[in-house]
Amino acid sequence: MRKIEPFLALLLAAAMITAAVTAPWLRFVLTIALAKGIAVIGILLLLRAGQVSFGHALYIAFGAYTVAFLAPRYGDAVVLLLLAAVGAGLLGLVIGLFVTRYRQIFFGMLNLAMSMVFYSLLEKLYHYTKGSDGIRVEIMPIAGQTLDRVAYEWWIFGIAMGLAFVLGFLIRLYLSSPMGEALAGIKTRETRLEFMGVPARGVLLAAYVMSAMLGGIGGAIIAMTSRHVTPLLSYWTSSGELVFIAILGGAGGVLGPFLGAAAYELVRIYAAASFADAWQMILGAVLLLVILFAPGGLWGMAARVMKGRAQ
Amino acid sequence: MAEWFQDNGLLLGLALLDGLSSAGLIFLVAVGLNLVFGVLRIINVAHGSLYAIGAYSAASIGIFLSGRGLPDWASIPTLILSAALVGAILGPIIERLLLRRIYAQEEVVQLLVTFALFMILEDVQKLLWGVQPIHHDTAMRWLGTIDVPFGADFIPFTNYQLFVLPGIAIVTLVGLAWFLRRTLTGRVIVAVTTDREAATAMGIDAAKVFLLTFTFGAMLAALGGALSSPTAALVPGIGAQTIVLSFAVVATAGLGQIEGAALTSLMMGLGRSIAVYFEPELEVVVPYIIMVLVLLVRPQGLFGVIETRRV
Repeated sequence: MRKIEPFLALLLAAAMITAAVTAPWLRFVLTIALAKGIAVIGILLLLRAGQVSFGHALYIAFGAYTVAFLAPRYGDAVVLLLLAAVGAGLLGLVIGLFVTRYRQIFFGMLNLAMSMVFYSLLEKLYHYTKGSDGIRVEIMPIAGQTLDRVAYEWWIFGIAMGLAFVLGFLIRLYLSSPMGEALAGIKTRETRLEFMGVPARGVLLAAYVMSAMLGGIGGAIIAMTSRHVTPLLSYWTSSGELVFIAILGGAGGVLGPFLGAAAYELVRIYAAASFADAWQMILGAVLLLVILFAPGGLWGMAARVMKGRAQ
Repeated sequence: MAEWFQDNGLLLGLALLDGLSSAGLIFLVAVGLNLVFGVLRIINVAHGSLYAIGAYSAASIGIFLSGRGLPDWASIPTLILSAALVGAILGPIIERLLLRRIYAQEEVVQLLVTFALFMILEDVQKLLWGVQPIHHDTAMRWLGTIDVPFGADFIPFTNYQLFVLPGIAIVTLVGLAWFLRRTLTGRVIVAVTTDREAATAMGIDAAKVFLLTFTFGAMLAALGGALSSPTAALVPGIGAQTIVLSFAVVATAGLGQIEGAALTSLMMGLGRSIAVYFEPELEVVVPYIIMVLVLLVRPQGLFGVIETRRV
């Protein structure tokens, strides 16, 4: 399965591009899906270590607001993406130094606490953030090129797709490195890991900072695509959504988050269009069905199909 | 200082009274969550939905009965009975049909199942009760207000918030402590909390204990909601707000600790209401600041017990 992952990734990318060409509104949905997929890889890293962050929407919101705040001054998408990634990484380092001392529920709840603090700051500091009204983001030049709306949206879609491939590839390398393999050790028996001389906290901190950067990048793309940021990006239900996507896609490989995010966004859009008052219910039901009847997520389902065919 | 007190004394008094009554409500919800977590080891996100459904049901039942000539004095027992009804109906359904299937699964999966349930119930509320605010405060109006002497002045405050809410919280605390320590059923619950394996090995029917505890926890959540319904208009989203606060209380108190939950609820209730009157921007942040400070000093929570590291 691992071997054909790159091939499947190309297949998924081709399907996404075809969809985006045939239906322009899908381009928007799929860009958001790619952005969330990038952020969810970060959740995946922490899940490898058996830790659930219920607050990673913090980094998405941080990336998104970085774009919203700095767009008028350094209005270039490439610069802003870099700033969002570095900023989120630094924030992740500071928070990570604190939260990686804790495990399980304490880890989850402290992350939740951080994101909720950020949420209320965004909402209450009206003077800077315009509160729950949010901030509009104007179309910005990309690498010095000023573009019209359609070209801009295509470029952001392309950048999101490119980043998904590059970051997915890098994380795949990382996961098969000794440091990435050690994450699984934290999940099974952390004490033994330390007996072997591996600093468990350091391993987790590195993964945490990476996950924060991935969140920042995802958030920046979301801000550039939806061109409107609100504090809701940081609310705890958004963090829950990220974990949801991770499980929906399956925690097996780096392709899982993108499968999950695409499925999630499409179900959400169609559910919201056909049952305006019940889209959450439909998403919740889908999640329950996946957990109860397809424990490996979409990735696990795909793996089973492949295996069946190979036999 | 003396001058400040002269200027703001009344406000502080009001904040203390408000804090006391909201601490009572926070405690009822959080202690239920803590109990369920202690026994089932599941962080029940849908606990917030049970709170909201308890509130909505109590208001609806109250409005229905008032219209048919229910005397005003009966409105408080009605609140309590409707909460018991909600818990007794929804608790067993959720435990039997859903949670029972996932006890063997990973923590993240269990968390997500309750998150999915939360999403579903959130829309069920909107479908049943709509999105318009619902208000029914007969219980609070019937009891009237009291002038609380404070220094040379008086603070007018409702009897309901001053006596009923903290009163029921204290009765619950004492009753629960007695139940868990002095009755056989209670001791069985404590035994399962402390060491599930040893308890089942000694012949305790864990399935029954789980069902009982979850139903009881659901009743407490619904009770918190029902008692809050006379004090504020009910709008969508109250469940989501309540559950994050309860998470903070549980993590700060230490897992499975009732007295800890009471003390933490008091700290957070008072902290929050003092913030409301003096620094409203900080209101939502205060509980998390308290949580972070407590966990910095005591990583296992205020009353938590340090678990020995497994090798």
